Amino acid sequence: MENNEYLLQMKDIKKRFPGVMALKGVDLNVGYGEIHALVGENGAGKSTLMKCLLGIYPPTSGEIYFDGKLIKNYNVAEALKIGISMIHQEISPILYRPIMENIWSGREPLTKFGLVDHKKMYESTKKLLEEIELDEDPMNIAANLTVAKLQLIEIAKAISYDAKLIIMDEPTSALPSKEVEGLFKIMKKLKSEGRSIIYISHKIDEIYAITDKVSVLRDGEYIGTEDTNKLSKDKLIKMMVGRNIDDMFPKTPCDIKDVYLEVKNLSHSRYFQDISFNVRKGEILGIAGLVGSGRTEIIESIFGIRNFDSGEIFINGEKVEIKSPIDAIDKKMAFLTEDRRQTGIFPMLDVEFNLTLANILKYVKKSKLIDYKNLKEDCNKFIDTISIKTPSPKHKIENLSGGNQQKVLVAKWLLTEPDILFLDEPTRGIDVGAKSEIHKLISMLASQGKCIVMVSSELPEIIGMSDRIIVVHEGKITSILDNNENITQELIMEYATDTYKERVN
Amino acid sequence: MTMNNESASLSENRGSNLAQLLKKYGIVLVLLLMIVVISILEPAFLRPKNIFNVLTQVSIFGIMSLGLTIVIISKGIDLSAGSVLALSAVLAASVGQAADATAKYFPNLPVLPIFVPIAVALLVGLICGAVNGLLIAKTGIPAFIATLGMQTAARGFALIYTQGKPISNLTKSFTNIGGKIFSVIPVPVVIYAIMIGITYIMLNHTRFGKNIYAIGGNIDAAEVSGIDVKKNLIMIYAYCGLLAGLAAVVFAGRTGSAHPGAASGYELTAIAATTIGGTSHSGGIGTIRGAVIGALILGVLRNGLTLLGVPAYWQQVTEGVIIVVAVIIDMRKNRQKK
Repeated sequence: MENNEYLLQMKDIKKRFPGVMALKGVDLNVGYGEIHALVGENGAGKSTLMKCLLGIYPPTSGEIYFDGKLIKNYNVAEALKIGISMIHQEISPILYRPIMENIWSGREPLTKFGLVDHKKMYESTKKLLEEIELDEDPMNIAANLTVAKLQLIEIAKAISYDAKLIIMDEPTSALPSKEVEGLFKIMKKLKSEGRSIIYISHKIDEIYAITDKVSVLRDGEYIGTEDTNKLSKDKLIKMMVGRNIDDMFPKTPCDIKDVYLEVKNLSHSRYFQDISFNVRKGEILGIAGLVGSGRTEIIESIFGIRNFDSGEIFINGEKVEIKSPIDAIDKKMAFLTEDRRQTGIFPMLDVEFNLTLANILKYVKKSKLIDYKNLKEDCNKFIDTISIKTPSPKHKIENLSGGNQQKVLVAKWLLTEPDILFLDEPTRGIDVGAKSEIHKLISMLASQGKCIVMVSSELPEIIGMSDRIIVVHEGKITSILDNNENITQELIMEYATDTYKERVN
Repeated sequence: MTMNNESASLSENRGSNLAQLLKKYGIVLVLLLMIVVISILEPAFLRPKNIFNVLTQVSIFGIMSLGLTIVIISKGIDLSAGSVLALSAVLAASVGQAADATAKYFPNLPVLPIFVPIAVALLVGLICGAVNGLLIAKTGIPAFIATLGMQTAARGFALIYTQGKPISNLTKSFTNIGGKIFSVIPVPVVIYAIMIGITYIMLNHTRFGKNIYAIGGNIDAAEVSGIDVKKNLIMIYAYCGLLAGLAAVVFAGRTGSAHPGAASGYELTAIAATTIGGTSHSGGIGTIRGAVIGALILGVLRNGLTLLGVPAYWQQVTEGVIIVVAVIIDMRKNRQKK
């Protein structure tokens, strides 16, 4: 029979997606009034596990017990009803609606005539916002709020469900440290009310500050559960990573030559101000910062995807005007976008198409028709040299693994023979083995004398791969660091949250 | 209008009252401006009789545009409304003919109370709309395709049912729907006004209305908030169909007959009205007030151009230009700086 000391028991959960086993038999037991950390690297399966729990999709196999009862075949509405709510990391708000409607969406308070009770909704939202110490009018439109405030709205929403179990998926990723304190206060209060929290975070310090237990996942496998206060940091990291950090980032030292790309005083009224930096040939420049800090927008502006208000860009000492990605490609730049599915691949088309798209002009003959012979040769060459695992160039790209999709995209840009490569989250959502191959590829490109600018949320990746590191906080560069053994994740985090000065002072 | 992005973002930041006012009521000002210009050029425009005339002309596609507004807010489209109107109208007319009608559809049918043909029209509209919604929600095909199919099929059914012939000589109580109350206020205008009120309350004061905005604004967020997206989609299209059925009653009442080719292209006029009124085809944004103003703009434009003696073909060109320009202005207003 089921154990009554746990609020939640997940047993041997497996989840298969086309082409990948995302969860390979995971257990998770959460007690009543417990704050339970769920940790693991990106792609370890945390979000998948939580989506199974919330009923967003069903697990392929395994059992879930909640409050002593077996639950299965339920949807999100039913999960919310029995007392499971979640703060989603990736879900954005209903932009053009007021805060209060975002919070009470789908369960607005009603008057006795069955109409929406706006007054009550307003009052309860106000109370809720006071509880989380957010000073905003409930009528304010979500689109007007900062990322940090939207995150707080999500937290308020999760609390408002009166749930027995609240899943928090990286709730602090966009929060300044002051607000993190506030969140912890809220969490402690929830705990004292007997509610349980599953806390997903990459931040080791937070895990020790607030959680009672830690469960670790790695590559879709369940590694173990420990009492937080009895677990050393070293052991936790080892459980998460399962290997030495050096092996993961096969960066080969290479000659760094002259400054090639230079950006001076780049400003944008919304996203960033006064951004200046340079990149040298053969150098990997890492850009770190929290989500919403403007790091992506900076490189998008240089590449011409966005416009900027003022500032100058120089290539090889010459001032250049880049108004669109076409100009940028013309200047031998390449841009690997952050969201592979949304702005990278054409999922329903084959590898060949995806690989040659950015450079199709190269294969247009005098007759204006495409020279398929040449094109096929180049495709095969790249498939071999960077070892893309595909049955054939005619295979649909959506059927490849994430890592191989990413390699196709890298190859696509290499075909244009770029001098400058912008990589936005180059290894997000791909598994560990493929990651290290992408890293090898990046390292190789640098050694060929290309300039690499890499934005990444994964600090180990930033530290493991970069020659220099720029840290961005709320649209401003807080530090440019030469990478050496003194650089730690904690140090970068301090710059990224702009708390470095506080600590030093 | 030369407001550029720069000044738009400034006005957001500083909350300049005039700019805010323009932003909020811009489309109303366009309507007022049109009325002023037309009245100066042709004072007959302002005669009460003409005003009621405009309103009556607006009411049919105006009723349809209320339904299309909620469909478009939910990030959908309904191309079938005109055909559904025709099908509803011929079915309703066939049970609403006068006793002495020539070419009775059902020769032995006694004259039925007026609520029967009305109920038939509403039911047909509701069913067609619900089928649209079911197709979209359950099979996941795009609304464009599902409703395009319905557009063609409903028209086909109307032709089959009537063998291509109109059904005329409707009962007095039926044609009264196209008439006037106290010989002054046209009944179609009253029906339109009532539906504006009902749809307004539905969209702004019920959970269903909030769900429509949520689904159109961010379908993933709606889903994880526990909103039954499929059920709501079916209801949205069913309501749109219901309004097409109601528009059919008004249409048949006004013309005293129904023919299978009726209201061809009306859905596009209704979509135009909705769009001019600021409802965004990217979902989550739109108002009933806008839909009404948009319909009035089209109505005033058509009537005004006719009064001014602009040839009918040129009226169409003008209307086309107005639709596109209105949307360009509206997009500039909403666009966030990239």
